[in-house]
Amino acid sequence: MNQKLYVARSRRIAARKLGDEMLVMAAEGSTLFTLNPTATILWQAADGVTPLHEIVERRICSEFDVEAEEAMRDAEMLAQDLARHGVLLLSDEPMIAAELSQQEAR
Amino acid sequence: MTALAEQIDAYGVVIAIGGLSMRVNTTDYHFLEILQSRFAGYISPESCSDVEFDVQLGPDPLAKPGSDLSVTHGAGRWFMQRGDFRAEWDPATRRGTIRQEATPYSLDTALRIVHTLVLARQNGFLLHAASAIRNGKAFLFSGVSGAGKTTISRLAPPDVSLLSDEISYVRKRNGKYLAFGTPFAGELAKAGENTSAPVSALYLLHQGPENRVEPLGAADAIRQLLTNILFFAQDRELVQPVFQTACDFVDGIPVYRLTFVPDARVWEMIR
Repeated sequence: MNQKLYVARSRRIAARKLGDEMLVMAAEGSTLFTLNPTATILWQAADGVTPLHEIVERRICSEFDVEAEEAMRDAEMLAQDLARHGVLLLSDEPMIAAELSQQEAR
Repeated sequence: MTALAEQIDAYGVVIAIGGLSMRVNTTDYHFLEILQSRFAGYISPESCSDVEFDVQLGPDPLAKPGSDLSVTHGAGRWFMQRGDFRAEWDPATRRGTIRQEATPYSLDTALRIVHTLVLARQNGFLLHAASAIRNGKAFLFSGVSGAGKTTISRLAPPDVSLLSDEISYVRKRNGKYLAFGTPFAGELAKAGENTSAPVSALYLLHQGPENRVEPLGAADAIRQLLTNILFFAQDRELVQPVFQTACDFVDGIPVYRLTFVPDARVWEMIR
């Protein structure tokens, strides 16, 4: 995948870190998720301006014994899954605060 | 003018649950009597209230018979609708209206919803749980239908004050979570005692072959608590405070899985 993917935490959620897991409650359907340690790292680093591949290289590959390509594939799937549930927002461009508000309003 | 004011007063009743008072106005004296009977023990002698509702009795041309409950927010107001009633409430003015037939059950549901909306912003919640006070401490027994809420309530010894066998009322006051009695009864069909005490523990009920108490980790406790909190509105503004309250509650109150044989010995573990 050549195009950069940017991920941002939705503001329509509430979250609490417990140990190395993260409990996340999405406004959509009041659904509750438990993020595993990898998903927690991804979620915490999802600032809207750091490309996903950088998050994977700097935060996930350095922490876990995993090939970059495999980690990137898993991270993309995870990001898309979390986006479907309203936990993350995805874009092929960096997201500033105003854009995040617009995306969330859709 | 004086006579009119007195007449309106005569057709209102203030129902106070969990320290929150709701005045219900009706022009139907028979309905007023129904409410006084339904909420006996929770009628306040005060005439002022935190929230006020005007009830309009009769068929609703906009009703959708048999429809499920929906709670939505728009233009600063909350809208609640089910097959048997339609209500709206303005949190800014704290006033609302309910259109329904002359049964206490529709009003019962509307009141519960308004309580959950108010409590969501005040570190409180309604919980699918039985609750009781023993030795000055409140205990919550939560679970889905059939988990044993009414059973454990029926088994309570005489020194226990029952607060509810179905819907428990919890809110934080002066840094402590208190459980309050409610008139919202389950199979026991009996209103809880109108009293309160600091919450000492939350038990998640399971019936089994032996009595056993096991502490729950924080993540499991929050998950289970959130599953059992009554939360009708899927509103982003309320998700955060409800979630934060659940986390805060679990930070300060021990949560256990209580497996019990349905006989009186279970109360030997609850003191």
